Amino acid sequence: MRIIKDKQIVEDNWHFVADDTELPVGDITVSTARWRRDKPVLLKREGNIGLRIDSTEAVEDIAEDLPYFRLIELNFSTFTDGRSFTQASLLRSRFKFSGELRAVGNFMVDQIFYLSRTGVNAFALKNSDQLPVALANLYDFSVAYQASATG
Amino acid sequence: MYQYNQQDQTLIEERVAQFRGQTERFLKGEIDDDQFRALRLMNGLYIQTHAPMLRIAGPYGLLSSRQIRKLAHIARTYDKGYCHFTTRQNIQFNWPKLEQVPDILGELASVQMHAIQTSGNCMRNTTSDPLAGICKDEIEDPRPYCEIIRQWTILHPEFAYLPRKFKIAVSGASHDRAATQFHDIGLHLVKNADGEIGFKVFVGGGLGRTPVIGQVIRPFLEKKHLLSYLEAIVRIYNLFGRRDNKYKARIKILVKEAGLDTIREQVEKEWRLIKDYLELDSERIEAITAQFAPPDYDPDAANDQSFSQSLEQNPDFATWAKHNTVEHRIPGYRAAFISLKARDLPPGDVTESQLDLIADLADRFSFGEVRSTHRQNLILSDVRQQDLFSLWQQLVSAHLATPNIGTATDIICCPGLDFCSLANAASIGIAQGINAALDDLDYLYDLGDIKINISGCMNGCAHQSVGHIGILGVDKKGEQWYQLTLGGSSENEAAIGERLGPAIPKDQVTKVITHILGVYIEQRREDESFLQTVNRTGITPFKERVYAHH
Repeated sequence: MRIIKDKQIVEDNWHFVADDTELPVGDITVSTARWRRDKPVLLKREGNIGLRIDSTEAVEDIAEDLPYFRLIELNFSTFTDGRSFTQASLLRSRFKFSGELRAVGNFMVDQIFYLSRTGVNAFALKNSDQLPVALANLYDFSVAYQASATG
Repeated sequence: MYQYNQQDQTLIEERVAQFRGQTERFLKGEIDDDQFRALRLMNGLYIQTHAPMLRIAGPYGLLSSRQIRKLAHIARTYDKGYCHFTTRQNIQFNWPKLEQVPDILGELASVQMHAIQTSGNCMRNTTSDPLAGICKDEIEDPRPYCEIIRQWTILHPEFAYLPRKFKIAVSGASHDRAATQFHDIGLHLVKNADGEIGFKVFVGGGLGRTPVIGQVIRPFLEKKHLLSYLEAIVRIYNLFGRRDNKYKARIKILVKEAGLDTIREQVEKEWRLIKDYLELDSERIEAITAQFAPPDYDPDAANDQSFSQSLEQNPDFATWAKHNTVEHRIPGYRAAFISLKARDLPPGDVTESQLDLIADLADRFSFGEVRSTHRQNLILSDVRQQDLFSLWQQLVSAHLATPNIGTATDIICCPGLDFCSLANAASIGIAQGINAALDDLDYLYDLGDIKINISGCMNGCAHQSVGHIGILGVDKKGEQWYQLTLGGSSENEAAIGERLGPAIPKDQVTKVITHILGVYIEQRREDESFLQTVNRTGITPFKERVYAHH
């Protein structure tokens, strides 16, 4: 599927694998529960590994394992749940996560500017028709009063 | 007052463009109702009973004459010729058209105004003391800090989708005129034992359905840590505030449920991790403070003799000057209230022609500035005493000189059922009924300082729970009834009013209020105020009288 990554529309081949599903080949993300359960297996397989975290999870709890992940997906259950913004900010500024930080789930394209300021650099939209609008929204503001989480 | 630089101006212009695009996409069906609701609210736009309502930010209540003229222009061009001042120093238009809102926001941007974050679950307009910078009991002018906070809150990317709204108020004086203990965060400028000025930080205050008095989370915060401490509090709130029930989502509930000590521990822990990255340097404070430098006061103002002559010669003027002006830290100057509580107009409402006149008077008599107050009046803050008589004459001609500031007819009132889709009952009509019943000025002045607050529903926009007399509209099987409370206060001795008894029907409210005031007159000792009497006697004598008649 096509996503926005680093301000460009790109083809993406990562897959989220549900907790009870067999591990496929390729680049995958899993829940933190599965990561904790299957960590040795996940590390042995070929392909990159990433993590999908819900807004209710504390990012401190995964801080030590961050070097394993090329991608962290912030999963929005609803666009009104602003905890993901703080998670992004903490992952970038406090825990120095330098991999891909991607918004997934029920966020809206009109949140993309704020998300980018908190350090999210990739966006998987539910509706690919909105990709051009989403891309344009990254440039909504040329100025800001707050420092960006990525410095 | 603060003047925008290029960055400030660019930001609000880009915001207008953003909302214009969002509105167009909504009208084309490309944004759904729920999503657009969140976006429009953060641009001040509500959908109301009759039409949209647009709330515009009045940053800590400070407006220039140019901005006032722009409000007049908007009222004439896009609305029905008037606007409304709120308890949080904001301005509301009740009849704009959705399609025209981006144009209105564009007009506002041309005079350094906006409607950003005046609603929605985000950090709102920061409010302050309407007498900031001119009152005698001030430790330090709070406005520079309000402006610093304004900038920090505007479009803060991490905190635009909080569990619920979040309000900050700052007071720099010993007398709290900004209801700081009823805000999510209240800040008091205070001096510590070493003579250093910093902030006493209150958290978890609020009104609405569950009124709570804020508690001190930090007795002294150095100025340089202002933003990091605010950021720590809001971050903890964003992570841990309840999102399962919107009536339990304010930080006051988080503080109540977790306990102040736990919240303090979490906030301080977070703060220690960020305080070195988010320091407010003294150059920045000085640069912003310089924008609030005192105006060029007339050094001869105190030598004037005409003011005392006018007072002697004109009793009506003397009455107005006594009730509607207050002392100023500069000898020969006074601050003059413009009463928006005329008997025949909804409290807080002002017409376009009145706004134009107010702008002219501000230019002529008060360095071109106007302030809005928590109690829904306006102030010309820097008037030479020799100019007060001319000012009064002009205000009288425009029905803006009702000499009732601080009295029982200076009522805080929400728009109520007449305009608001949330309301259960009318509030404006109740205010007008009370006002009409108290038309004897001698009696009104004899009653002294009485704060009556009327809200048309339990959301409590008019802060009824902290009124000396609070009136709350409730719906009883489709009829409008009113719940009364006595003894509330939003000032230093913050208190939540006690419920008098069962709700009363609409046609009884005015009579009941006159009974309550009658009990006060009978019960008071010497110079005791209404609030002091209620605090001493408790509500029993009032209750007995009110319910004896039913």
